[in-house]
Amino acid sequence: MHSPPSPGRYTGIRGLDLGSVIVTPLARPAAVEVRGLVRSFGAVRAVDGLDLQVQPATVLALLGPNGAGKTTTVEACEGFLRPDAGVVRVLGLDPIADSAALRPRVGVMPQGGGAYPGVRAAEMLSLVAVCAARPLDVGWLLDVLGLNAVARVPYKRLSGGQQQRLALACALVGRPEVVFLDEPTAGMDPQARRLVWDIISRLRADGVSVLFTTHLMEEAEALADQVVIIDHGRVVAQGSPAELTSDGTERQLRFGARAGLDLSTLCDALPAGCRASEPRPGGYLVEGMIDPQVMATVTAWCARQGVFAEDLRVSRRSLEDVFLELTGRELRP
Amino acid sequence: MTSFSPGTFAPAPGRGRLSRMLLTQARTEFVLTLRNGEQVLLTMLIPLGILVGFTLLRVLPVPNPRVDNITPRVLALAVMSTAFTGQAIALGFDRRYGVLKRLAATALPRWSLVAGRMLAVLGVVLVQLVVLGSVAAALGWHPQPAGLAPAGLLILVGTAAFGALGVLLGGALRAEVVLAVANMVWLLLVVAGGIVLSVQALPGPLATIAAVLPSGALAEGLHTALMQGATPWGALGVLLAWAAAAALLAARTLRLS
Repeated sequence: MHSPPSPGRYTGIRGLDLGSVIVTPLARPAAVEVRGLVRSFGAVRAVDGLDLQVQPATVLALLGPNGAGKTTTVEACEGFLRPDAGVVRVLGLDPIADSAALRPRVGVMPQGGGAYPGVRAAEMLSLVAVCAARPLDVGWLLDVLGLNAVARVPYKRLSGGQQQRLALACALVGRPEVVFLDEPTAGMDPQARRLVWDIISRLRADGVSVLFTTHLMEEAEALADQVVIIDHGRVVAQGSPAELTSDGTERQLRFGARAGLDLSTLCDALPAGCRASEPRPGGYLVEGMIDPQVMATVTAWCARQGVFAEDLRVSRRSLEDVFLELTGRELRP
Repeated sequence: MTSFSPGTFAPAPGRGRLSRMLLTQARTEFVLTLRNGEQVLLTMLIPLGILVGFTLLRVLPVPNPRVDNITPRVLALAVMSTAFTGQAIALGFDRRYGVLKRLAATALPRWSLVAGRMLAVLGVVLVQLVVLGSVAAALGWHPQPAGLAPAGLLILVGTAAFGALGVLLGGALRAEVVLAVANMVWLLLVVAGGIVLSVQALPGPLATIAAVLPSGALAEGLHTALMQGATPWGALGVLLAWAAAAALLAARTLRLS
């Protein structure tokens, strides 16, 4: 459906064949579209009416506490789980009904990897590579992921991080259009995590759509165009990291200066809705909608007072603040 | 930020050649079986030990020529060990380790998840036939030439029947349960299923049951073919029925994880 239509099919442009209008490049579907997804396991509703969309060549981070429904959502997208209700489309196709057509176009990194206990790393990657028409070079991929030294080591003797990197290699080797990564950096050391971030950035730049799950706010913030926070199988917030962390009222501007400055003139100079205070001696706080104009007002006021504003900084809520606010602070099983 | 050159991961999806996928999967699993110590013990050493031991040591009353009587049963044991016990256990643990999901996420067609395993099993059975046949020949085995082709057919159908039963067991239960059940069934069939003792040597009702078990059918069928040079149609029918029934059931119960 995504291959370039043959010239003959463009006769539809002259209005002769309405059917072919559907295959024109303008009608490019979302890379992943989930609408009203419901999936229960026994009495537990793992996913309870979930919607999300991954636009082509973007990265979506699915964030949530343990048991929030992240893996269930991803497995529904991969065609491993049949939804109880709702619609899942990947590249416009049904992951179960159109599985055979879809699978060659999708790369999957299941949670916890997936390989024969006794298989050598290189054997496993080669096996997955022959399933693709134009795979990446297996030796190069092992090298890039730092697996060359363990290419002949059985899977069960690889470290957790090495198993994860092999699983990532298996997801990428077929040059897919869409990649699903379930906790891709779990169990990885910081160097390997950076490498994975680097790869995900390159995937997006090369036009691959990525959906990954994570517990790490930092990871979602660094990589994702769009973050979807889910809990109890429902979306509790979504947007770009910047949108999620700034809702205007939560912004703060802090600076340090001589203690005991008279703030009344500053308050007069600030726009309505902004408040200035000195929560501790010498530590000043301006709350409200902080924009460049507010910052200029503050620094100008400091200049008039003859003081130097030290450590001037604008802080937003971190994604972690948003996450904890939405999902609570109690531990999950 | 990125250290990869542009276009490194530019999409170029597509399905690999089917024959290559299937053969690579089968070869990988074949090699893994031969590399696994416990599997080699089950598929090679135990049948070899029985063949050599029972031929040379007169612990069991076996009609003469001993090696001609023992070899068909050892071949049946080898097929059962590989296609059923070994394969069920491997499948159980492969599911545990996410192998089936991993492969099911590639362009490999679903049917070849099982077909590849069957090919690998067939490969191991061929190696067993060569090894056991050579050792038996060295011990003076003289099979009836007219029975070789029927014996080959029996082994093929027997592999299918035990293979399907192995998928049925290994594809549905937890790995540890598969391990326990597969070994228990193996032992039961070896002792009372017509493998070591001929079906006729078993007590009354057990003989009736053993004759329609895949173990009894394969062992007696091979005995008839290789000792008398005849084609054991009854045994073939029994094995075909087991193969069909187990495959139909396994197709419904096979779970990826």
